[in-house]
Amino acid sequence: MSQEIKQNNIAFVIGASSVGTLIEWYDFYIFGMLATIISKQFFPADAGTAALLSTLAIFAAGFIVRPFGALVFGRLGDLIGRKHTFLLTLIIMGGSTFAIGLVPGYASIGWAAPILVLILRLLQGLALGGEYGGAATYVAEHAPAGQRGFWTSWIQTTATLGLFLALGIIILIRTNQGVEKFSAEWGGWRYPFWISILLVGVSVLIRMRMSESPMFSKLKSEGKTSVNPLKESFGHKANFKMVLLALFGAVMGQGVVWYTGQFYAQSFIETVCKVEFVQSRNIMLMAILMATPCFVLFGWLSDKVGRKWIMLIGMLAAVLTYRPIYKEFINITSAANRTKIVDARLTSTKTGFPIFDAKDKTKMYIKQEADTTYYDGSVFKYYRTDTIILKAPREEARPITLINPDMIQYSSPKPNLVVEKTLGHAAYWDMIWLVFIQIVYVTMVYGPIAAFLVEMFPTKIRYTSMSLPYHIGNGVFGGLVPFLGTLIVEFTKNSAHPAGDSLAGLWYPIGVASVCFIIGLIYLSNKIDKNVMD
Amino acid sequence: MIYMNTIKKLLGYIWMLMAPSIILFLVYEAYDKITKATAATQSNVILQWVIILLIFTPICVGFFIFGTYASKGEYDHLPASSAEIE
Repeated sequence: MSQEIKQNNIAFVIGASSVGTLIEWYDFYIFGMLATIISKQFFPADAGTAALLSTLAIFAAGFIVRPFGALVFGRLGDLIGRKHTFLLTLIIMGGSTFAIGLVPGYASIGWAAPILVLILRLLQGLALGGEYGGAATYVAEHAPAGQRGFWTSWIQTTATLGLFLALGIIILIRTNQGVEKFSAEWGGWRYPFWISILLVGVSVLIRMRMSESPMFSKLKSEGKTSVNPLKESFGHKANFKMVLLALFGAVMGQGVVWYTGQFYAQSFIETVCKVEFVQSRNIMLMAILMATPCFVLFGWLSDKVGRKWIMLIGMLAAVLTYRPIYKEFINITSAANRTKIVDARLTSTKTGFPIFDAKDKTKMYIKQEADTTYYDGSVFKYYRTDTIILKAPREEARPITLINPDMIQYSSPKPNLVVEKTLGHAAYWDMIWLVFIQIVYVTMVYGPIAAFLVEMFPTKIRYTSMSLPYHIGNGVFGGLVPFLGTLIVEFTKNSAHPAGDSLAGLWYPIGVASVCFIIGLIYLSNKIDKNVMD
Repeated sequence: MIYMNTIKKLLGYIWMLMAPSIILFLVYEAYDKITKATAATQSNVILQWVIILLIFTPICVGFFIFGTYASKGEYDHLPASSAEIE
């Protein structure tokens, strides 16, 4: 009976902690997923200061402040307790997400729009920095010895499920509204931000019913809590060296594997392989859904065989197979590897009417659309836009059809070509399996890591000590994967290879994970700490 | 075990060398990319590299400290209980 009550209690602890953490991840991801729309709505189209603010708000701020959030809220969690601290982070995250959905666009309030968005994004990053360490510590401190990996792995599923929820809600609204309505100033892209307040409200109510962690309560009643968690975590060599070992021997590798599998893969499928918007997201959704149970599997397994080897095997597999996997992405989506159906009924070409530029009356665009259907069921759409400059500004009264070649000064030598690929059934599933493999690596490195970090540090400074390496590893090393990967590809572009080496971006996660693997292999212990009460 | 501890110490020197090398590499790349940037993109390129340097320099300092600890044998024995950490 008592065992049953304990099991019910831990199930409630897991459920309540996980729902809140899942919502925080959801809040954090929707911003990144809607980055293109956000940059259009809140930032002016010209370069200069606008581009600077856009870079800061969209790429850097949310990730860079995560370690600071870890310090601020980690300290608070070790001083006043886990429960109240991660309740506070949830409210900050929910409030700032909801507020982003309320900020009018640049067209309405000018520069106030990007500045407000930047501030709210900073708050999101700070809140996330405080949330994860609190939830993982809280669950681990409730979990029975010998099952810590299993129970904390539920918290580990939340990051992936938060991504799943964000993807799902965005696709649902976008599909229902259509692209134009969705992208308007007060369009559907704001709904995912507003939905957040409902989710957070429910989660706050659940979390308020939770009691403080038994280990922290015991320390507090004995007057043994830390007076200065920051100093004790990073000022004492004995603990600081473990913080460094956690970062360089486990978390930095885990971070890059996580972000490569779940973010870089999506960006690669969309921007390099040119798979259509909804299908590329469906590939991610299916793979995530199928691989998520592996978090719990590897968490459970880590209780039996230790945390170290599962994480290191995941890292090594990623290092060895990333390049072949991404090369296969390119092969599967390549037009050269499939046979065209030469059938006039299936292959269509449309030339639209010329469109005049709204400001420049000498400029006009001619758009052409061509569909190509392949035997495997794939359909590739090609959109070509030619820019034509007229010798003199167009007369308003002259019909478009009366513009003749003599009036054209020149047409752009490089037309804008956009390809949108919808894959056939077999190719679609091949892509899902390749993403699935990467997410299995994610589950191997990420499933056991909460238990691993909790066992490394003493109760009184655990929140602070584990939060900082976690958020440097994930927020900085991991969060920079899409940006640095893209930047490295840019470096490989030259006049001989204008497209560059699209696989070069993988060297960043491969390099970081390789160093982390060596450090983990040589320096980490596989021993499971049975007693985390101390 | 003795061999393992020797490897840990020797690798410590490699980490100590790697940390400043990474900083130098990033500074070189930043200089190279900023000077090659066009007038329209230069301010954004500068910001990107300032962010990268600001983030990775303290991490490299941490990596150097990690290497120093490793070379001094601080990781020869990992703590078995919290009493050894506090």
